[in-house]
Amino acid sequence: MGKYIIRRLIMMIPVLLGVTFIVFFIMSLTPGDPAAIILGDQASAEALEMKRIELGLDKPLLVRYATYMGNLFQGDLGLSYRNQIPVASQVWDKFPNTAILAISGILVALIIGIPIGILSAKKQYTVMDNTSMVFSLVGVSMPNFWLGLLLSLLFALKLGWLPSQGMGRGFIGLLRSLVLPALTLGTGAAATVVRMTRSSMLEVIRQDYISTARAKGITEKQITKKHMLKNALIPIVTAVGLQFGLLLGGAMLTETIFSWPGLGRLMVDSITSKDIPMVLGSVIFMAVMFSFVNLLVDILYAFLDPRIKSQYSKKVVRRRRGVVV
Amino acid sequence: MQNPDDILSIEDLTIHYETDEGSVHALNEVSLAMKRGETLGLVGETGAGKTTLARGILRLVPSPPGVIKQGSVFFEGQDLLSLSESKMRSIRGSRISMIFQDPMTSLNPVMTVGEQIQEVVEAHNRDLRQDEIIRQANAMLEMVGIPAERSHEYPHQFSGGMKQRVIIAIALACNPVLLIADEPTTALDVTIQAQVLDMITALKKRLNTAMLLITHDLGVVAQNCDRVAIMYAGQIIELGNLDDIFKRPTHPYTRGLLGSIPSLTKDVKRLSPIKGLMPDPTDLPPGCKFAPRCRFVTEACERAMPEPTHLSETHQVRCILAEAEVRNG
Ligand SMILES: Nc1ncnc2c1ncn2[C@@H]1O[C@H](COP(=O)(O)OP(=O)(O)OP(=O)(O)O)[C@@H](O)[C@H]1O
Ligand code: SF4
Ligand SMILES: [Mg+2]
Repeated sequence: MGKYIIRRLIMMIPVLLGVTFIVFFIMSLTPGDPAAIILGDQASAEALEMKRIELGLDKPLLVRYATYMGNLFQGDLGLSYRNQIPVASQVWDKFPNTAILAISGILVALIIGIPIGILSAKKQYTVMDNTSMVFSLVGVSMPNFWLGLLLSLLFALKLGWLPSQGMGRGFIGLLRSLVLPALTLGTGAAATVVRMTRSSMLEVIRQDYISTARAKGITEKQITKKHMLKNALIPIVTAVGLQFGLLLGGAMLTETIFSWPGLGRLMVDSITSKDIPMVLGSVIFMAVMFSFVNLLVDILYAFLDPRIKSQYSKKVVRRRRGVVV
Repeated sequence: MQNPDDILSIEDLTIHYETDEGSVHALNEVSLAMKRGETLGLVGETGAGKTTLARGILRLVPSPPGVIKQGSVFFEGQDLLSLSESKMRSIRGSRISMIFQDPMTSLNPVMTVGEQIQEVVEAHNRDLRQDEIIRQANAMLEMVGIPAERSHEYPHQFSGGMKQRVIIAIALACNPVLLIADEPTTALDVTIQAQVLDMITALKKRLNTAMLLITHDLGVVAQNCDRVAIMYAGQIIELGNLDDIFKRPTHPYTRGLLGSIPSLTKDVKRLSPIKGLMPDPTDLPPGCKFAPRCRFVTEACERAMPEPTHLSETHQVRCILAEAEVRNG
C-alpha cells in the first residue's frame, strides 16, 4: 500500500506539469500588459520597460516557464501583481476557508444523498422513489449560482434568518454564515449522490449474495447494513470523490455570490485583474488538492474492497494447504 | 391432510410472476411431500419452475414480480405461507437452508468467509457468546474440509469449489431439517462436481438432513437421490422412487428424457433432447402442458389437465395414458 501511494504521488508530477503549462500558456496569450497593471496607467514608457525586464517578460515563453517551474519546486509562486504579497502565502490564507466550504458541501450531499438513495432503491417505483428521482433531476440540472441567489433572496433578504455575505465570526457565526453557501454547493452534489446511491444499491440488491443473506434468516436491517451498503458504497465513494473536484470548481461561483473569502473568489478576482501569478498559483493549488482527493478516494477504495486491497498488499501468498478443491 | 411422517408437505402451490409482458405461470398447483432424511431429486429443463418452487418454500421468491397465488407449505406442523415475517426468518437458515446455483456470486465479496458463517450461527443462537460463535463457525469450516485459519480470508481468495464448500458450511451451520440445493454443482468444474456432491450427501446423512436436490443431471439423481420428481411447465408430471422413474418411466416426457431404453446401470447422463420447446409460461395450454410435444396426444389431453394418477404407493403420474391404464387394470 505504501509503495502504491508513493507511485501515485510521483504520477501527480506530470499531471501538474501539464496543468501549469496550459494555464501558463493561456495566461500569456491574453491581452494586457502586466507591467501596466502593476505600475498603473500613468507610468512612463521607460518605467514600464524596466518593469518588463524585471519580470522577465522580454524572455521567450519557454524560458519564462522554466524559470517559473524552477521556483515552483522551491515552493515559490512569485509575487502578486496587484499587491506584491507572495502568492503562496495568500493562497494558504484563503485555502482553509474554501476547505471548510467544500467539506460542508460534501457533508450536505452525503447526509441528504445517501439515505434518500437507499430508501429510493429499496422502495423502487413507489411514490417516494419517483418523488426523489424528480427532485434529484431538478437538483442536478439547477445551476449553482441560481440556487445560491434564490436561497439568499429567501433566507437572507426576505426572512432575514441567515447572513448571505462573508464569513461569520466565532463558531456560531461561522456556522450561520456557512448554511446558505454549503446548501448551494451541496445540493447539486446531493442530487448526484442520490442517483448514484440508488443505482448502486439496485445493482447490489439483485446480487446472489443478497439471496444467500436472506436465506440465512437475518433481519432486513442487517441485510441492508452489512450486505448491501458496504458493497454499494464502493462506487459511491468514487462518485463522491469526483463531486469533490466539481465542488472545488463550483466554489468559485458560490464564493463570489456569498462573498466567501476563499480560493475561488481569490481566483476570480485575480482573473479579472489579470494578476497572472495569482491565477497560476491558485489553479496549481486546486489541481494539487484535486489530485490529493483522488488519491484519498483510491486509498479508501482499497479499504472498502478486499479484492483491491489484496492486489496491493504483499501478504497475498498462494496457499493451498491440504485442500484438494 | 398432512401425513405425520412428512417434514414438508406442499399443497397446490401456485406462483406467478406479474411482468409487463404478462403473467408468467411459473408454478401451477404443485403438491409434494418429503420425509425426514430423504433426498428428493427435482429434475426439469430450464424454465420448468424448479428455482421458483425452491424459493417458494422459503418465501424468497423475488417480489415484485413474484406472487404466491395459492397453496400451502406445511413444515413441522405449520403453514409457512401464513407465518409472520419474523417467524419465517427464524426458520430460514436454521430449520430450512438453501444453497444457490452459482458459488462464484453467492458469497458477499466484502465479508470474510468466517464472518459469513458466524452470521448465520449468531442469527439463530442469540444467547451464544462471541468466542463460542466463532468456535462453531470454525468447526463448520473444518467439517467441509477447509482449515479454520482461512476463516479470515475473503471469497476472492478461494476457488469455486471451495466457495461452494463455504456455502454448504453456511447452510448446514444450524443443523437444518431440510436442505434445498438448487443445482449446487452446475457452475463447477466437472472434476469438482462429484467431490462437492459426495460431501453434501455424506454430511446430510451424518446430520440426518432431508434434501431437495435440484439438478439437470439424471446421473446425479441416480447416484444421490431416493426419489425423483420430474417437472414440466410448472407442474410435477411424474414422481416416484429411483426404480419407478428409471425402470418404469410412464409419462411420455420422462420417457423422452431417459431415451428409449432407460437403465440405471447405463450411462444416462444428460437430458436427451425432445423435439419442440416448452410452452410459453405466459400462455400455457389449457389441458396437458406437454400436449404440443407429445407423440400420444389425443383430443382429451388438450381438454383438461390430467389429475395425478397413483400407479403404486410411491409412483404417481399426470397423464391420460396412465389414467386409462389404471382404470383398465
Ligand atoms: N424474476 C422473474 N421475473 C419474471 N419471470 C421469472 C422470474 N424468475 C423466473 N421467471 C420465469 O419463471 C419461469 C420459471 O423459472 P425458474 O427460474 O423457476 O426455472 P428453473 O426451472 O429454475 O430454470 P433453470 O433450470 O434455468 O434454473 C421461467 O419461465 C422464468 O422465465
Ligand atoms: S396427457 Fe396426453 S398429451 Fe399429456 S403426456 Fe399424456 S398422452 Fe401426452
Ligand atoms: Mg433455476
